[in-house]
Amino acid sequence: MSERTLRGKVAIAGVGETIYYRHGQSPDAEFKLALQAVLAACSDAGIDPRDVDGFASYGGDRSEAVRLAAALGIKELRFSNMFWGGGGGGVCGAVANAAAAVHSGMADCVIAFRSLAQGQFARYGRGNAAAAVGGDDAFLAPYGLMSPAQRFAMKITRFMTDNGIRHEALRAIAMTSYHHAQSNPNAVMRGRPLDEAKYDASRWIIEPFHRLFDCCQENDGAAAVLVVPADRAKDMPHRPVYLLGTAQGGHHRSAAPVHNAPDYASAHFKTVARNMWEMAKLGPKDCNVVQAYENFTGGVLLSLVEHGFVDPRTANEELVLDRLLAPGGAMPMNTSGGNLAECYMHGLEMVNEAVRQLRGTAHNQVPGAEVVAVLGGPMVTPVSSLVVGTEATL
Amino acid sequence: MSSTVLPAGLPAPAIEPLTGPYWEGTRAGRLVIQKCRGCGRHQWGPEWICHRCHSFDLDWAEVAPRGRIWSWQRPHHPVHGALAGHTPYTIVLVELPHADNVRMVGNLICPPDAEVELGAAVEAVFEPHDAADPPYTLVQWRLAG
Repeated sequence: MSERTLRGKVAIAGVGETIYYRHGQSPDAEFKLALQAVLAACSDAGIDPRDVDGFASYGGDRSEAVRLAAALGIKELRFSNMFWGGGGGGVCGAVANAAAAVHSGMADCVIAFRSLAQGQFARYGRGNAAAAVGGDDAFLAPYGLMSPAQRFAMKITRFMTDNGIRHEALRAIAMTSYHHAQSNPNAVMRGRPLDEAKYDASRWIIEPFHRLFDCCQENDGAAAVLVVPADRAKDMPHRPVYLLGTAQGGHHRSAAPVHNAPDYASAHFKTVARNMWEMAKLGPKDCNVVQAYENFTGGVLLSLVEHGFVDPRTANEELVLDRLLAPGGAMPMNTSGGNLAECYMHGLEMVNEAVRQLRGTAHNQVPGAEVVAVLGGPMVTPVSSLVVGTEATL
Repeated sequence: MSSTVLPAGLPAPAIEPLTGPYWEGTRAGRLVIQKCRGCGRHQWGPEWICHRCHSFDLDWAEVAPRGRIWSWQRPHHPVHGALAGHTPYTIVLVELPHADNVRMVGNLICPPDAEVELGAAVEAVFEPHDAADPPYTLVQWRLAG
């Protein structure tokens, strides 16, 4: 039996994104933003948008594949796919689903995307306004546990307490994203740098490890990538960015109800990271850049640990600003500003940045970058990750 | 001092077929959780099947209203209108070692600046909301004396 893998089988041939806005600031409707991002990705790849034959998304994206296909006059829709789960857990999973469709022959030219105008719909950081709530929430909301930050905070409290990791490690993660955003023209937080004093003076969202700057923004915008067979990508305008490994899911009962996951103090990447590295035939030390989804900085810590980028025993020494900055840091991270400071486009902006790094066109370019890992939204389940590389890595 | 940890106006728990026995228990001042007739183990939160042995024959059993703090958080940002002016407050994840280590979420009854220690022993405090329709009783926690 031939090896079952996506390694080197498909490539990202185009990336697109809208102007990124603070929440509520987009002059355009959410669906129009989605159309703009799709068209931009097609233009980047040099293909006629009518030749797109599939759409994959996640996080309950409201811009449905069939509506996109109709609006764009897609000739033939061959693949439409939604990754379960909220937020950005599925960002890499959506790219992987597009890749699986392309590699299997179900489709040939698939857009993975996220469109999100949070100002036009419900805000994330606000709880349920209903008079009564059922399911898991019946055991949480009456105690004032309602927001995503609150849903994850106790994982972070436990992990950081158990491992003696200081809040300064999370501060370095936040400052890294803000630092990189200052040289990214499309970053929402460009012109609003963050230093230690500003971070330390910021208000508590949740003690003991969530200050304001540990939490992601809420934004309006859209981003998209175009996934094609590897052979086809060679004839397209840009240097192909090959998918080397990807995985999704969660470890044993990671979504157990009412905070009962057996391995609770986790981003839930333990099996996912293992599976991704196995497919990629690479490990964290082979990566030149890492994009680690920040819903909350504590989640980044957990992601980095579970993917093998950081040792919890030395996290206080490893998570310092100098080591995380492009171009010269030992582990350049979130080089476009990430969810915290570029745009909270549920991580798809990080996939775009991974592509730019491998093309050599990033605003904070890491010289000679050949391998970039993207770690999707942590602590939700299912979670997903991917690693991409240049032709030299095949 | 208010008789409830958090102010009125937060969502009430919907009493559902899967979870009814738990809420009947708390009204009577008893902590009642799922226990499998197939394998005899506890599970929480409520589910239609035992995740260990796949029996659908799930019973409800009273467990001692005691545990230890497994993790905690202290929200300052009011995520609901009812909480404005009433933060911070403390949420704990309490492990019940005598009930197969299931965990429950509740508020810790403590001053807003109290230090919280992982592993600290706590006991349940039943908090009735008699004026609600239907009335319900939450389970809060305080450090064991």
